[in-house]
Amino acid sequence: MTAATINTLKSTRIVVDASNDEIISAPPTITKCRTGEVILDVQNISLSFGGVKALTDISFNVREHEIRAIIGPNGAGKSSMLNCINGVYRPQQGSITFRGKTFKHMNSRQVAEMGVARTFQNLALFKGMSVLDNIMTGRNLHMKSNILLQALRIGPAEKEEIRNREFVERIIDFLEIQPYRKTPVGRMPYGLQKRVDLGRALAMEPKVLLLDEPMAGMNLEEKQDMCRFILDVNDEFGTTIVLIEHDMGVVMDISDRVVVLDYGKKIGDGTPDKVRSNPEVIKAYLGTSH
Amino acid sequence: MSTTFPRLLLDHAEKRPHAAALREKEYGIWQTTTWAVLLQRVRFLAAGLSAAGLKRGQHVVVIGDNRPRLSASMIAAQVLGAIPVPLYQDAVSAEFVFPINNAEVSFAIAEDQEQVDKLIELRPECPQLARIWYDNPRGLRNYSEPGLASLDSLMEQGADLDKKHPARFSGWVSIVKPSDVAAMFFTSGTTGHPKGVVHTHFTLIDRALAGAAFDKLTSDEEVLAYLPPAWIGQNIFSYAQWLACGYVVNCPESAETVSIDLKEIGPTYYFAPPRVFEGMFTSVMIRMEDAGAIKRWLFKRFMDVARRVGPARMDRKPLGFSDRLSYALGNVLIYGPLRNTLGMSRVRVAYTAGEAIGPDLFVFYRAIGINLKQLYGSTETAVFVCLQPDNEAKSDTVGVPIHGVELRVLDSGEILVRSPGLLKGYYKNPEATAEVLTADGWYRTGDAGFLDAGGHLKIIDRAKDVGRLSGGANDGAMFAPKYVENKLKFFPFIKEAVAFGDKKEKVCAFINIDFAAVGNWAERRNLPYAGYTDLAAKPEVLELVRECVEKVNADLAQDERLAGSQISRFLVLHKELDADDGELTRTRKVRRGAIADKYGVLVNALYAGRSSQYIETQVMFEDGRVGLVSAELRIVDAKGFTPVRSAA
Repeated sequence: MTAATINTLKSTRIVVDASNDEIISAPPTITKCRTGEVILDVQNISLSFGGVKALTDISFNVREHEIRAIIGPNGAGKSSMLNCINGVYRPQQGSITFRGKTFKHMNSRQVAEMGVARTFQNLALFKGMSVLDNIMTGRNLHMKSNILLQALRIGPAEKEEIRNREFVERIIDFLEIQPYRKTPVGRMPYGLQKRVDLGRALAMEPKVLLLDEPMAGMNLEEKQDMCRFILDVNDEFGTTIVLIEHDMGVVMDISDRVVVLDYGKKIGDGTPDKVRSNPEVIKAYLGTSH
Repeated sequence: MSTTFPRLLLDHAEKRPHAAALREKEYGIWQTTTWAVLLQRVRFLAAGLSAAGLKRGQHVVVIGDNRPRLSASMIAAQVLGAIPVPLYQDAVSAEFVFPINNAEVSFAIAEDQEQVDKLIELRPECPQLARIWYDNPRGLRNYSEPGLASLDSLMEQGADLDKKHPARFSGWVSIVKPSDVAAMFFTSGTTGHPKGVVHTHFTLIDRALAGAAFDKLTSDEEVLAYLPPAWIGQNIFSYAQWLACGYVVNCPESAETVSIDLKEIGPTYYFAPPRVFEGMFTSVMIRMEDAGAIKRWLFKRFMDVARRVGPARMDRKPLGFSDRLSYALGNVLIYGPLRNTLGMSRVRVAYTAGEAIGPDLFVFYRAIGINLKQLYGSTETAVFVCLQPDNEAKSDTVGVPIHGVELRVLDSGEILVRSPGLLKGYYKNPEATAEVLTADGWYRTGDAGFLDAGGHLKIIDRAKDVGRLSGGANDGAMFAPKYVENKLKFFPFIKEAVAFGDKKEKVCAFINIDFAAVGNWAERRNLPYAGYTDLAAKPEVLELVRECVEKVNADLAQDERLAGSQISRFLVLHKELDADDGELTRTRKVRRGAIADKYGVLVNALYAGRSSQYIETQVMFEDGRVGLVSAELRIVDAKGFTPVRSAA
């Protein structure tokens, strides 16, 4: 499997010049390589919990500006993989290279500071806080003034608050959740909570966005909305996206390349079309007759 | 009066350059556009549009929500002597084809990607549509459609040109005459193609000022613009009267935030169709049901006071001391906070129009101290024909003719209007124009009604639906089916009603109960029922409906002209009228003719004096299967009342 098999851009997708994030409009009929250099490279990662091998010798890479999906049946190790990239788990073997720097294992805070944000499968939002405050927590790393100044809202703290609030308002506008700005998150429907979760991740201004099952538990309409937001994030901000997803339809429609895991091993990697016709993948998903 | 919309803008910008003209909520903050800034934008847009080739007399379609830059584009088009044509933003692409081709439109201004997509889709059918500009660039930056550009780029170009030729703008404005066409509004015809209603600067401004004088509007008013700008009602309130009076128009953040924005702005001048008032009323009632026992008791107690005292207070009738005291207490505890929750604390004048409003609903708003009134008008009359004065608002009239309006009622009941605000004609449709405009300048409204003793206009039905009774005690009496049906439908227990009586000796009616409301009523009385058909046939339910019908009869008897329309017999249908069965239109209007044919047996039974009738009806289920509903329907006689003779 070579990493050079990219390029299944649909004609409507966006062309981004990776070097300076500037958008070049090209006639929609011409498909052009939109993705850039490798930004995240996972090499030979193995992770085990006691005797249980969660991941065995996994390697794959993510290119700048692409939408990269990780799929696989239940227990295949998808979330574990994300948690290794995110620094929640420490893999026993292998290395992760992010923007030219190689790490044996990642550290959560360091990862966040380097520009990796994530959303959670089971929504780790503050239920009693408003949408605005929840997304504001995503700006944590951008707040430099000390707690005393912030509490009293004086001097630089006030300016900083206004600047960050403006950024949060742009996200609220982008995700079309203006009517819920001041609603406690716990009172909102699930599909909208997922959107708030995405909003909080976006507030970090990430280079890479890790999405852990962004469509889980959604109805068709909510799924379509979420797909549009993911594509828009990718288009408008040029954010690289790594997503785990169960819904094969969604994955095949929106991702550029797909990694398939099964029992902690990589069984497929490539464009959606290529993966779909891979016999091993079909076997893992549908089973074979014996 | 010899002014135009561009000149009105210049006046405001000169006299009060730093006063707010428009506000738009964006990124959580109300962003203000002053008259001076607005003028500058209009200058740039006009210069840009002129360079793009927009000429005098050409049409420009404007599609989108209420947005400050779309309003500015409309003025800019008018500066050039071109004619803005606002179209409904929620219409599908195919609905735009006729207006765009009919008005030979080559220029379009769209709000966002959604509207741009629709315009691009119809381009093969409208090849002359050369240029499209959009306000909100989101999702559009990679479109490479020829002729598509942002309003930003148009304004940039315009700014350069305006700098080079600063004198051109005033030149353009001075050429525009009040008799020039200012705007065109397409009316959604129920049959055939929509018709473009042509209005001049004079007609729109004259009516805007007449309405403003009637309600003493000033430049201090605050208005929230949230209805489609293609509807002339919204256009008058947020464009014609805005420029005529110079008040502030506020654009909500999105359609979903209207209720929040309403509360933040606290408009002083408010306009909505009855369904909006009904929606607010329902949400208040639902929230009160969930409130604690003390609050519920207080609410009920003081709403009783409000219903008794409030309307009289609004009509400035003398009140007793104890009434004034209880109302004042209620105002502090209930009405004030309620008005605040509704965003109506500051409302000085509120209007409802478009369709009949239920008396309970109307009284509710007036009772809690909101000056809700009705008005009568249409696209063809530039809205303002009749308005209710502040202290004479009634739920069943639409007010008195205002300054400049002459009314005439034909023998058939049809109302004719003559006013300075009448349309110039329908665009490229002289036949339709000749149908509604008479040679001596009267406009045929197509509505039937009459002026009551107090000089208020009462609309009863569409003129073509009004019939006459023939034979019997009330031979020749006027029969307005919709008027009778509406009166029945104002009861929460009655969902639909169909009245018969044209060329018959008396009026009879079919009634559909409201399953939810009557079901709830039955449950509270421990009345078991199996389903709709069973519930509709219960003697207790028939008794309940009879009470409603008799109340309507008593009400009809109040008016000599309509007393003959009292319902003498009725039955409650065994099934709900449904659009799938061809009984209602898709907009839920009863198809009286189709129903009379389908249930001919029942109509005959009503008029033959039988006391019950067996019926079998085919029904279409949602999945397309066909079933049979059968029932033995009882026919009930309702008491009539002798008409009250008005002191002539």
